[in-house]
Amino acid sequence: MLLQQLVNGITLGAVYTLIALSFSLVMGILSILNLAIGELFMLGGYLGFAVIAGHMSLAVALLAGMLGAAIVSMVIEKVAYEPLRNTPLITPMLSTLGFSIILQNVVTNVWGSDPLQLPSSLFDRRFTFGSVNIGLMQMVVIGVAIVLVAAVAFLIQKTPAGRALRAVAENRDVARLLGVSAGRITLLAFALSGALAGAAGVLIGLHYAAITPYVGVDTGLKAIAVMVIGGATRRWGALLAGPLIGIAEVLTVAYGGSQERDLVVYGLMILILLVRPQGLLGGARTDVGQRV
Amino acid sequence: MISTYDAGLLADVGILLLGALSVYVILATGQLSLGNAGFMGVGAYVASFLTVEMHWPVTVALLAAALVSSIVGVIIAFPALRLRGIYLAMATLGFGEMVRSFLLGFDRLGGSGGYRGMQQVSLGYIWAWAGGILLLILMLERSRLWLEMRAVHDDETAAGLVGLNTTLTKIGAFGFGAAVAAIAGGLFAHQYVYIEPGNFGFERSIDFVLAVILGGSTVGLGALIGSALLVFLPEWLRFLADWRLAAFGTLLILVLLTRPQGVVDRALLAKLALRRAKAP
Repeated sequence: MLLQQLVNGITLGAVYTLIALSFSLVMGILSILNLAIGELFMLGGYLGFAVIAGHMSLAVALLAGMLGAAIVSMVIEKVAYEPLRNTPLITPMLSTLGFSIILQNVVTNVWGSDPLQLPSSLFDRRFTFGSVNIGLMQMVVIGVAIVLVAAVAFLIQKTPAGRALRAVAENRDVARLLGVSAGRITLLAFALSGALAGAAGVLIGLHYAAITPYVGVDTGLKAIAVMVIGGATRRWGALLAGPLIGIAEVLTVAYGGSQERDLVVYGLMILILLVRPQGLLGGARTDVGQRV
Repeated sequence: MISTYDAGLLADVGILLLGALSVYVILATGQLSLGNAGFMGVGAYVASFLTVEMHWPVTVALLAAALVSSIVGVIIAFPALRLRGIYLAMATLGFGEMVRSFLLGFDRLGGSGGYRGMQQVSLGYIWAWAGGILLLILMLERSRLWLEMRAVHDDETAAGLVGLNTTLTKIGAFGFGAAVAAIAGGLFAHQYVYIEPGNFGFERSIDFVLAVILGGSTVGLGALIGSALLVFLPEWLRFLADWRLAAFGTLLILVLLTRPQGVVDRALLAKLALRRAKAP
């Protein structure tokens, strides 16, 4: 029973990890919260759904979700962030909120506000290992998350573009003096962030076998908590914090009650902020407290 | 005489104005709170409990709710002193969500089923509070205390070096902001005569911030303009039916792009004052 819950928690945690990484990519470079990420996640889920409903493969669905969300994310960077780069950090945060309102409205009008159900025959094979029962779907979710995180890790740590991205995150002005185009790198960060959120959306659609236009707000806020617990500018902290929160949440629902679920998640987040603001792994910068 | 519908909208403006002012006061010391709906929730539930089950008069209940909430605010503010900027914002966001989920599980006051039984208050009563507190804050803006708050906002280290008690200023702002948010909550509860934890979630907190930034975050009047815009703009866009919110989001972005400092700022007020002085 406990093992079973752990597996369920890790599945949910895998999705949280992806969204938290999506938040922290933007946060690491610009120290702003992109409030549209929750909605990009939701949009990715719907795009994936549309593709699966059209009887195409899961890979196509993932690609569509990632691409669609990445493009919208780049539009957000150009329209809502770039012109407001020199204003206090609340202003760009609120203009991304504007996009989140628009996206939610558009999706509600296109697909309706009722939950969409995934055909249940899809991936309903289950495997039993001892007392643990894993659905094929859960394996897909965890597997895809691992591959995506590895791909992003490679991109950021090993490629020239990734090096430039880390340089801009470290110090934008110095990076520019060294010939890095900060504008293009910021756009890249938004695109990556959007792609991750979109992929997470497709995966959560698979996980719950249903999706609503309102899934973004709730999951988005929780992903912020995951990001903070892992250390906001410390990108890989989310790898640990995601499964941790996923497991904590599933266990609280199983043994406490669904009401206490959010209390535990946000309580942990505040505790971490107060006791260990540099994140679980340490090393995250907390002195980037840009003035509001 | 105005219709019930319009009166409802005006009541919304008054309540939102109080919420916006609660963010404005905290923001004046350079702290962004994304959790003021939490204080609003505390105020709404405390005030409703006092009027419904203790049969207290509304005004006394509101004052008591404000007191309770400001104590919570000060308790929150102490640990929050360690955090700055966006980290503080995220911590307050967590606080707001915690209050909401706590209320969801708190069956003594209705839990997820909500709480009812309040007597509705009049529009004039709501605006007496909203107008009174707006006036109080406009007066505060002319005081020395406000200069100290702005000094903490502009450069906390420098403010500390010239001998200002920055800790006290920041905690005081949180306590006062929490009290104002609680009044907004109490009035909300006695306007809608039904409350549920979902009323006091993240969207509400962000609405407060939005009203302040949209209207202009450097002058108290900005909160009034912003609150009116936030309530009436979606009404004017009603002819767009299903696409109303998308249009609202677009307008929001446009306003932020054209006036990042908000609709009203000091420069605009000075210009208007000058024109008035020249006119006669």
